[in-house]
Amino acid sequence: MKETGRFLIKQISVFSENRPGRLAAIAKALEEEKINILAFSIAEADGFGVVRALVDKPKKAYEKLTGLGFNVAFTDVIAVKMRDSPGGLYEIAKMLGDSQINIEYSYAYSGKEGAVLILRVDNADQAIRQISSLGATLLESTVFQ
Amino acid sequence: MMFWDPRMEEMPPEELQRLQYRLLKTLVYRLYSFSPFYHDRMKESGVHPDDVRTLADIRKLPFMYKRDLRDNYPDKIFVAGQDDLVRYHVSSGTTGKPTVVGYTRNDLDNWTASLARGLVSCGLGRGDVLQVSYGYGLFTGGLGLHYGAERVGATVLPTSVGNTERQIELMQDLHTTAIACTPSYLLHMGEVAEKMGVSIRDDTDLRMGILGAEPWSDTMKSRIEDWLGIRAYDIYGTSELSGPMFCECSEQKGFHVWGDLAFIEILDPDTGESLGPGEKGELVVTMLQKEALPMIRYRIGDITSFEDGVCACGRTHPRVMRISGRVDDMLIIRGINVFPSQIEYALMTIPEVGQHFQIVVDRKGALDDMLVRVEVSRESFSDKITDLMAIRKTVEHKLRNTLNVAVNVELVEPGSLPRFEGKAKRVIDRRQL
Repeated sequence: MKETGRFLIKQISVFSENRPGRLAAIAKALEEEKINILAFSIAEADGFGVVRALVDKPKKAYEKLTGLGFNVAFTDVIAVKMRDSPGGLYEIAKMLGDSQINIEYSYAYSGKEGAVLILRVDNADQAIRQISSLGATLLESTVFQ
Repeated sequence: MMFWDPRMEEMPPEELQRLQYRLLKTLVYRLYSFSPFYHDRMKESGVHPDDVRTLADIRKLPFMYKRDLRDNYPDKIFVAGQDDLVRYHVSSGTTGKPTVVGYTRNDLDNWTASLARGLVSCGLGRGDVLQVSYGYGLFTGGLGLHYGAERVGATVLPTSVGNTERQIELMQDLHTTAIACTPSYLLHMGEVAEKMGVSIRDDTDLRMGILGAEPWSDTMKSRIEDWLGIRAYDIYGTSELSGPMFCECSEQKGFHVWGDLAFIEILDPDTGESLGPGEKGELVVTMLQKEALPMIRYRIGDITSFEDGVCACGRTHPRVMRISGRVDDMLIIRGINVFPSQIEYALMTIPEVGQHFQIVVDRKGALDDMLVRVEVSRESFSDKITDLMAIRKTVEHKLRNTLNVAVNVELVEPGSLPRFEGKAKRVIDRRQL
């Protein structure tokens, strides 16, 4: 494994039609397998959406949801720690901007690790190296999984 | 002028039947001798031209289906060589392959003459401005009406389809008195006109619509007539017959099918039994004079009924009522024939989506709106929204190119569309005609 590999976090992405009850169906499946959701977001397009979640047991979640007929994919994301006070997001966002790191999509949560920014970027290896060299803290995948 | 061809249009029924018999007999001999397709068909059904001794003997002849045109794509069934053809038209087939029709000079003349009779019978002629808002091109509607109307001396305004605001401006500026289009498009025009502050009833000279290419009801006819202040006449045809061919007369009680050009039967679609006047069944047409692409007992698939007896207008030719349905699953979307099987074939070429689909047809305003639901395959799902949007666009493009009509596509979860063991029911039609 590359040195940056430990910072790659397996996010599950679930294709979902945009209609009532779909999120509940996904959440129920995860509950049945005692899978904990650490963070999630919904990206919506016209008539459909993609539910993205960080879970503690991604492989199990993949198997469960696929078994139920869902269309599921794994995606590598990275997690950057933020200062949990005003300006925390700005610090990280400015750093990414200055380093020309383009964000495909992102979502955040505030938990026991503090505030965390989840990022999907074009080139994760390069982003991990740049972010680390600039002094920001990346969370290892073991924190979640 | 009440009649275009009074001798023919008022021909006594017995004389007309004798003429039909002579034409049928000639047709059968001609095809038995010169058409390998019909020769084989007749042999297979054990019928020889000598067996046709009365007009009723037409029932001994084998049927012809749309699939025969597909199987003989593009022109294997034609009786005329390419050098005798003066035009092609192309319409949708039931699969990926379209249906090609060809015309000799005589075929075009008969088509135009048929329309000339029909247009005069509903009161169109010199002094009228006919706006032809059917599509021009491979579709038969535009060019068919165009030449028919020119023949009777009307002024043709060949607007073709689309750009509705401009159509309404031209309708006002050039004093259009008649329009040929689908009934739903005319309603759409009425709505667009109102948004522009134009009342078709009060601010234009429009007095009649020659409407067809899709099923419509008495309710829709009344709505058009009452709202727009015009008379609405039904027109009927398919590319296999030549194109739009037969039109209602001023009585508005069904379109006259000219007996010297076509012989009609109404059959029970299941048993093939011949039905009488007023009974609903499948329309079967024999084109008595077509040269390039003859049609004997062609099963178009439309459900309707007919009336015989002399019409109040004086014409002796039978009348066929507005089409009330189909025997198959063919849909008509904005005047264009769409077969679910075409969609199936198109989807097979796109690996990103599965083979299952569902069609939902509705009216948005006055216009048809078709939605096709497809499942995203597991292999092609990535978490990127842009990838999914690209898949949807690919499917929309492919379907648009195959069907010649705009389609909205909805991506759904794999396994979520209904599966069928027997006959698939893939169409949800919510239109109120």
